[in-house]
Amino acid sequence: MAGLMGRASTVVKSKFSKLLDKAEDPNEMLDYSYEQQLQLLQNVKRGVADVVTSKKRLQLQSDQLERSLVKLETQAREALAAGREDLARAALERKTTAQQQLQGLDTQIQGLEAQQEKLVSSERQLSAKIEAFRGQKEVIKAQYSAAEAQVRIGEAATGIGEQMADTGLAIQRARDKTEQMQARAGAVEELIESGTLEDFTSGEDRLDRELAQVSAQSQVDSELERMKAELGPGAATGDKKELPQ
Amino acid sequence: MIVRLMGEGQYRIDEGVRSRLNELDDKAMQALERNDEAELDGYLDQMGKIVRGEGTALELDDLHPSDLLIPPSDLTLEETRQLFSEDGLIPDLPIPAA
Repeated sequence: MAGLMGRASTVVKSKFSKLLDKAEDPNEMLDYSYEQQLQLLQNVKRGVADVVTSKKRLQLQSDQLERSLVKLETQAREALAAGREDLARAALERKTTAQQQLQGLDTQIQGLEAQQEKLVSSERQLSAKIEAFRGQKEVIKAQYSAAEAQVRIGEAATGIGEQMADTGLAIQRARDKTEQMQARAGAVEELIESGTLEDFTSGEDRLDRELAQVSAQSQVDSELERMKAELGPGAATGDKKELPQ
Repeated sequence: MIVRLMGEGQYRIDEGVRSRLNELDDKAMQALERNDEAELDGYLDQMGKIVRGEGTALELDDLHPSDLLIPPSDLTLEETRQLFSEDGLIPDLPIPAA
């Protein structure tokens, strides 16, 4: 029984031989194949762009979650300072959920990064081979009769066919991965929209309002402190005012 | 002899390397038949490492077809199996309309 290496090679070669068998006019086949190669090159470029777009979307979400973490942490502190441990706990629970999502996202972003690198490398290889193929194609068309051309085409055409299959596979896999990521990004967006990962101040439930109040109270307190400091000692107690030095 | 690390590129290897690859290839095939993905991935990784380490990378514009193709190790078992079927993972090449 053939091993993995041989089998994979057989499949690719048989796919390409089908293409060669169909070609009655070698010149026409060369031109047709070249057009397909250019088409595939466009596809791989588009694939790279798609991966970059998905990556950006996940990065935006990741930034959003980072901000939620900071905000929830602050709110938990404020709640605790105001003696509301129940609210602090609720804020920290949300923070944990956000943290878990964030870790998941980071892994996905790295995954997309890897796909992007693979596609870019595949694009570079395909592009170099297409250029070489174009050169050979012109030589073959100019110098050989149809019958001779058929023989000459074989190796170059099989070589580029193998690259096309490989690049096609890379595009397909990147597409699958990107689709998975999109689904995941959609799920995280839903979580954010439903308020599960959002900070309390923007939410609508009772906890949200209470925490928002604590937060507002704490903000008022700190503003008061700041003003008192600006006005100098004794300002808030109605004592004789002194000008700050 | 030319070998392609699928999704990566082509390398020229000598006979000694090939016989070592063959041994690993046999084991990889057995792992696939046993549905042991971790082991299969391990063998594929080893094969990749040998080729990268001891082979010579082909120029990008070289149009020689490969004698052997080594699948990437990050495929699932099912994907690896599909790789070997005619209408499987490897996309069809466009055939001109008659």
